[in-house]
Amino acid sequence: MATVAAVIASTHHPFYYRASTSTGADRPPFADEWVAKIEAFRQTLTRARPDVLVMVGSDHFHQLWLDNMPQFLIGKAPFYDANFYNEEREFGLPRMLLKGQEDLSAYLLREGIDAGFDLAFSNELRIDHSITCPLITLRPEADLPIVPVYTNIFAPPMPRPRRFVELGRTIRQLVEAWPGDQRVAIIGTGHLSLELGGPRQFGPHGPDPEFDRKAVGWIASGDIQSALAQVSLDSLWEPGNATHGFMDFMLMMGVAGENAKADYTDSLDLFHTMEAYFTWYPNGVDAP
Amino acid sequence: MSKYLLNKFLYTIDRDPGLVERYRDDPRGTVAWWEAEQANVILNCPGAERSTWLKFSDTEREALATHDYPALFALGAHNFLTLTLFIAMFERDYDEPLAFQREYAARLSHWSLPYPDIST
Repeated sequence: MATVAAVIASTHHPFYYRASTSTGADRPPFADEWVAKIEAFRQTLTRARPDVLVMVGSDHFHQLWLDNMPQFLIGKAPFYDANFYNEEREFGLPRMLLKGQEDLSAYLLREGIDAGFDLAFSNELRIDHSITCPLITLRPEADLPIVPVYTNIFAPPMPRPRRFVELGRTIRQLVEAWPGDQRVAIIGTGHLSLELGGPRQFGPHGPDPEFDRKAVGWIASGDIQSALAQVSLDSLWEPGNATHGFMDFMLMMGVAGENAKADYTDSLDLFHTMEAYFTWYPNGVDAP
Repeated sequence: MSKYLLNKFLYTIDRDPGLVERYRDDPRGTVAWWEAEQANVILNCPGAERSTWLKFSDTEREALATHDYPALFALGAHNFLTLTLFIAMFERDYDEPLAFQREYAARLSHWSLPYPDIST
């Protein structure tokens, strides 16, 4: 059976690429600290020696639109082009081409549907920054095949937080039962408190540092019960109007498991939103 | 009221570099053209297989025609779509990084929770 080599949950900050590659007067004062933290975080994936990456993210109204909006979707294709014109325009993100692990996609779709998730699928999916940002930070070579998993954290009506946790648990179980000997890393990105297009956007910190502090605690300790008790579709508007992206962190808590303490935790308080990085090794990891 | 159609306008303009410039330079003309020619196009269907019923309310049309993003916020247009397109059009007019984004926040500062419903 496959091995879950690492479970990784992260924010996906689209400004990292530009901040980390800029020089001279264009380089922001926080860039060096940010790069150092990302390089340390990257080591946590490198040490896991993955063969395949399951990548959980969310389309930001790029390919998926309100005339036909899936709640959960898995890509099944041999390749995925990545990043869109408006992400080049606003964030300076590069165009990318990623390989797909099509047999794992087919397996997760079949078994996931049979497990009670009516998963949508896509045979031609262009990936956006919710998946390319963690590749840029964690695996900039972008040399490993991926299975993209998209969730709707963006367009109401959305699934409830509990459903994200349940899907995470199911993905973990299915990957562990995947025939073969591949080492699979399951990586998902979401947000802590975040405001986009509202009065609290682009402040000196995230819009709700108290929510961020609690959320980091839940994730780092695997405290799914507290997160579910304190987070609902209605409550997530309060820390910031784009905070439903936290449900992708809850999905990853489901992957990591109940009360699974993260083996690696880090965060960085930035303008606009807090960065947070978590890695679990369900089967241990070789010493660095 | 059609939050969906407001969002469809913002979405289809934002993904086309030529339309971003056209809407920046001639908002009223672009909105009139778009409502007449594009509003009923189903994005994944051939042009002949159009919808027949989509149109803006007068309030919505005027908000788009005047680049009035606080009005779009009040109407429940999707916050991400509005922000992304308006950054593309107007960030360039400001000298300081994020100055437009901060002005955008300030112009919405009279809002407290709950914000207008963005459900479609």
